[in-house]
Amino acid sequence: MEENMKDIISAQKLAFRYQGLDGAPDVVVFENLNLSIKEGSFTAVLGTNGCGKSTLAKHFNSILLPSGGKVYVCGLDTSDPDRLMAVRRNVGMVFQNPDNQIVANVVEEDVAFGPENLGVASPEIRRRVDVALKQVGMYEYREHAPHLLSGGQKQRIAIAGVIAMEPRCIVLDEPTAMLDPQGRKDVMDTVKRLNQEKGITVILITHHMDEAAQADRVVVLNKGTVAADGTPREVFSQVKLLHQIGLAAPDSVELCWELNQQGFDLPLTMLNPKECAQALCDWLKA
Amino acid sequence: MNLEPILQVKDLNYIYSAGTPFEHKALENVSFTLNRGEFVGVIGHTGSGKSTLMQQLNGLLKPTSGQVILDGVDIWSDKKITRQARFRVGLVFQYPEYQLFEETVYKDIAFGPKNMGLSAEEIDRRVREAAGFVGITERQLQASPFDLSGGQKRRVAIAGVIAMEPEVLILDEPTAGLDPIGRAEILSNIESYRKAKNATIMMVSHSMEDVARMTDRLLVLYGSHLAMDAPPAEVFTHAQELVDMGLNIPQVTQIFLHLKQMGLDVDNVYTIEQAVSILSRLKEGKVHA
Repeated sequence: MEENMKDIISAQKLAFRYQGLDGAPDVVVFENLNLSIKEGSFTAVLGTNGCGKSTLAKHFNSILLPSGGKVYVCGLDTSDPDRLMAVRRNVGMVFQNPDNQIVANVVEEDVAFGPENLGVASPEIRRRVDVALKQVGMYEYREHAPHLLSGGQKQRIAIAGVIAMEPRCIVLDEPTAMLDPQGRKDVMDTVKRLNQEKGITVILITHHMDEAAQADRVVVLNKGTVAADGTPREVFSQVKLLHQIGLAAPDSVELCWELNQQGFDLPLTMLNPKECAQALCDWLKA
Repeated sequence: MNLEPILQVKDLNYIYSAGTPFEHKALENVSFTLNRGEFVGVIGHTGSGKSTLMQQLNGLLKPTSGQVILDGVDIWSDKKITRQARFRVGLVFQYPEYQLFEETVYKDIAFGPKNMGLSAEEIDRRVREAAGFVGITERQLQASPFDLSGGQKRRVAIAGVIAMEPEVLILDEPTAGLDPIGRAEILSNIESYRKAKNATIMMVSHSMEDVARMTDRLLVLYGSHLAMDAPPAEVFTHAQELVDMGLNIPQVTQIFLHLKQMGLDVDNVYTIEQAVSILSRLKEGKVHA
């Protein structure tokens, strides 16, 4: 069954439960989740700890298989064992802790690990490794030892390792949670560039609202369902809903929201400090 | 505030793999004092020496040169003192929930006090009190730590250190990977422990917003040196320097810098609460004028 190719990923009536241990009841994560991701888009997924974000991400490259319903990746059914390699080739994953993702003693060997496993020919691996390292801005470090790099640099190596497999989509599960501000910025800049220049579809799971604000779509998961879905402006202006779920908006929006609690009437659509300052300035002068 | 020093670091130097080709200076001439009841934040880029510094403060690493003085006594002056320092200065590492291992939450929290050789009643008192600080219920105490959520597990791990009743509690990124509510809960747990025991808190964080909101003072580490030691209000006036060090300033501070550039006469601000009070005063002043 082939799916509409405009959607690179589509979860249809997805159900998933983790089996309970020692006779404990199963933990139901999804009962009936529907979500589609357009090819070339940049989607941020938000939600509280335990809402199912990582579980969902693992369905996107067949690490987990649905208990009910279907997940399609590039039109391929992820539960079809014959399509497993094709699914994984199309969707690469980057996880939170860079130290758990690095396998080799030299940066370029680490980046080569993925394509080697796909059986890519050596000259082509060489080319892909060079291209990938240049894309993440780590080419100068190709002969360095990964464990001596900073967290942000390691995370960019992990991203290079994924793009060397030339996937159409990258799923990043809290890639900046352990990074310092500069490392976070470098990783976000890299991800945005891959999306804008290479057209790679990006799915970013994050607890940092200011990172989600940089996506073109924000999906909020709550208790296994989609609680909000729209552009960052549409989603983050629903401050009350976000607070009820246990989330927050970027500080620019939170500031305007707090002022509105004092009886003022500011727009809740200012996602970055500059926009927010402009709105505040106009408001003060009005 | 009456400042009573509890932990002093004097001319501290630490070199990893000294005398080998891999020699690396992790800390150079670092000196500062932590006072009783103070909440101090530590910020610095990856590899600036934050974790090395933490491990110096309760004797997990021994200085190459310089001193760590706890309550007036060098922690390396005597073996007994070093051992005591490990209880009096409590460390909570990154992702401490990975260190949980016992069958029940209760036993896990009791592990530290047990090792201190306390009586059963005292251990019980401490476990319950520590659980209270982090909002772990009576029922959860009997559960397996592995049945709890990520945020709960982290709070149990912190309770395990709090149960040793350290006078200085040092935490390495206690809120990393948590959602906004989970972050706020952990920070308020830490604050309630500080208040109840007049304990000193030192919190390493990559979140400029968290340190701005919680701390009285900030230590800024840069390339194994202590680059700044000042209240957040002062540290965050050095926006460009911080960015050059791989750090940043809180978002509200950025908003206020833009406001200044737009010609508004506003003070430096580093929390949302301050911003709200200043802006509403400005607006109302204008309305009434």
